[in-house]
Amino acid sequence: MDPTTSRRTFLRIAAGGAAAAGLAACGSSGPKSSTGSTGSGASAAPAGSSAAGASTGASAAAGGGSVTGNASYWFLNGQPQQGVRENQVKRFNSSHKGASLKSTEFQNDAYKQKIKTAIGAGQAPTLIWGWGGGGLKSYVDANQVVDLTDWVNGPAASLKSKIFPSAFGAATVNNKVYALPVETVTPIIFYYNKNAFEKIGAQPPQSWGDVMDLVPKFNAKGIAPFSLGGQSRWTNMMWLEFLLDRVGGSEVFLNVFNGQKGAWSDPSVEKMLTMVQDLVKQKGFIKGFSSITADSNADLAVFYSGKAAMMVHGAWTYGTMKSQGGNFVKSGALGYMNFPPVDGGKGDPSDTTGNPGQYLSISSKSSAEEQAVAKQFLLDNTLDDASIKDWVGTGAVPVVQGTRDQLAAQPDKMDSDWLTFNYDIASKAKVFQQSWDQALPPTQAEVLLDNIAKLFQLQVTPQQWISNMNAVIGK
Amino acid sequence: MAIPALVFFIAFGVVPLVGVLALSFARWDGIGAIHPAGFDSWHAVLTDPGLPHALWVTFEVMFFSWAVQTPASILIGVFLSGHQRYREFLAVLYFVPLLLSSAALAVTYKALLDPNFGLGPGLHFGLLTRDWLGSGGLAMGVIIFVVSWQFIPFHALIYQGGVRQIPASMYEAASLDGAGRVRQFFSITLPQLKYTVITSSTLMVVGSLTFFDLIYVLTAGGPGDSTRVLALDMYQQGFQANLMGPASAIAVIIVLVGLVLALVLRRLGGRGVESQLEGA
Repeated sequence: MDPTTSRRTFLRIAAGGAAAAGLAACGSSGPKSSTGSTGSGASAAPAGSSAAGASTGASAAAGGGSVTGNASYWFLNGQPQQGVRENQVKRFNSSHKGASLKSTEFQNDAYKQKIKTAIGAGQAPTLIWGWGGGGLKSYVDANQVVDLTDWVNGPAASLKSKIFPSAFGAATVNNKVYALPVETVTPIIFYYNKNAFEKIGAQPPQSWGDVMDLVPKFNAKGIAPFSLGGQSRWTNMMWLEFLLDRVGGSEVFLNVFNGQKGAWSDPSVEKMLTMVQDLVKQKGFIKGFSSITADSNADLAVFYSGKAAMMVHGAWTYGTMKSQGGNFVKSGALGYMNFPPVDGGKGDPSDTTGNPGQYLSISSKSSAEEQAVAKQFLLDNTLDDASIKDWVGTGAVPVVQGTRDQLAAQPDKMDSDWLTFNYDIASKAKVFQQSWDQALPPTQAEVLLDNIAKLFQLQVTPQQWISNMNAVIGK
Repeated sequence: MAIPALVFFIAFGVVPLVGVLALSFARWDGIGAIHPAGFDSWHAVLTDPGLPHALWVTFEVMFFSWAVQTPASILIGVFLSGHQRYREFLAVLYFVPLLLSSAALAVTYKALLDPNFGLGPGLHFGLLTRDWLGSGGLAMGVIIFVVSWQFIPFHALIYQGGVRQIPASMYEAASLDGAGRVRQFFSITLPQLKYTVITSSTLMVVGSLTFFDLIYVLTAGGPGDSTRVLALDMYQQGFQANLMGPASAIAVIIVLVGLVLALVLRRLGGRGVESQLEGA
């Protein structure tokens, strides 16, 4: 196998496809993601203009329904996303006599090991839930997932046309589509607590300079500037993704992704790493951040309980904050915006990062009958009207084009503002960067996460970080 | 009679061990095909600065948890072997930590030690409000404490059995000679427990090589890599970085270290058939 070449091709497809199509970015919501459930597709997706023909909702293509047989489907648990998925399976099973889809649910981290082991042992479920990107590529390299290109462009063309084109970047390997992004778009958001800002009489930051000015002010009032679930590691990574983009533009990571030798040596990387360590040294993150996990939602609790004033986190956390944060969201105390620009930085301030979608693949070890059932499920029940309604109900933007009006029509003003904000971020972003740990192959991603954890711990200097990371480029 | 045991040992002990050894000379991502790769994995593992660090952390955990557990277990074991009032009630109480699973313990301690929502901030008790799991030295201390807390009951049980084996006549003779309880403890109990100490220490030392669940849940090897023991390093290489080759090499290293340590401990116990009992 030749990883370099294939990765390049993968990227080209991502960028090319996105450019051609309109709307950029789709992220996918990593449900309660933990270790790296962030991450989305390849890289850049230049936002085009004309939104493609958005057949809002609408029953998916092919009115089949005549399939018979059984298939299996593994996915992540964790509400509210779990409920949406369960309903999809229920609807499929009740509307398709003779066919049956059996689902099994796993916790995020457990799932990551389990699915890998199952696929390696040839025991994969028919439908494999995943994050696309580098992980999907490792399945493709091992011939474990079905090439869906012809199906997506043929029988499933009307389903494909509904989906944000840029979401296909992370589903494409060697110019071929191996997964379907059928859930939601989840960019990473800069959240702030309006009550905390009132306490110190300050405005939300407009630039990185403002952020650094706010840090001592919040600390002086006994409020931690930022919440962070640092033990999960990918949580820290979101900072690097945004800062590198804002400082050096999206090309810097693109070079890394392309396997260009020494790509981390770009001067903007060292600048970005120094900024991160400065923030750590200035006590920008809540005390004990490196022992807080995102799985437990303790990082959210720190934020909505007012112990921390700001937080950079995935859009999927909105639903959790709303349901668990008491009056926090309802009272209007939750503020949100895109990550602020860095003075003198090269990046486009509309750029975002996160998950362009969640991806369903079909195991190549499954029988023709099982594959037919799985495809029918994808067609009929993943982005049908009911699913879209359910996803919107969880506070997430479905990976479907042209839903802005529907999102804006939510009865709850908080929800409709939030949803349209997300839709705009995702659709107007010049570049929607898939989370690094998902875009890169697992080996490189692990070294990255390891070094990021050490960076936040001040165990490595920016120079060491760069040379550690350069050493694994292309691996 | 030994055949079923032998079959199980070969099937679940020897075969996987050989498999891991073979894998350490291969390149495999856990999903695709396995390719022979010669000494690549070994080269990668042995030149990785992470290995000496993980070894060092492993030995730290091993040594300190041994140093905490052994005296505590002996004292509790001696106490439990006596005939004081409430002894049985206390014995049951001491035994509780052993009944809990490591993962459950870790989750509980993690919640209790949380610097924002844990016991310290909850009770407004400043001394307990620390970044227990978020700063290197403290995190190591917490792990050693929790490990010891969990396993002291088990070793106390071993020592209790050991102490009860000591003939009462020795103590009677000693008290006739005027030895007090402290003197009896050091001159009779401890020497008589020599083999029990070796057994218990072997279990502690070899067992601590494979601590995984507890550390994984408590710190995941963090902060940074401050508490990344060998077993955790192996897991991260194998199941997170998809590098089954290097992970297998680390597994082989763990096995070797364990064997060497067990051997050394056996040697420490002497090889003769000397008996420590009276009259021998």
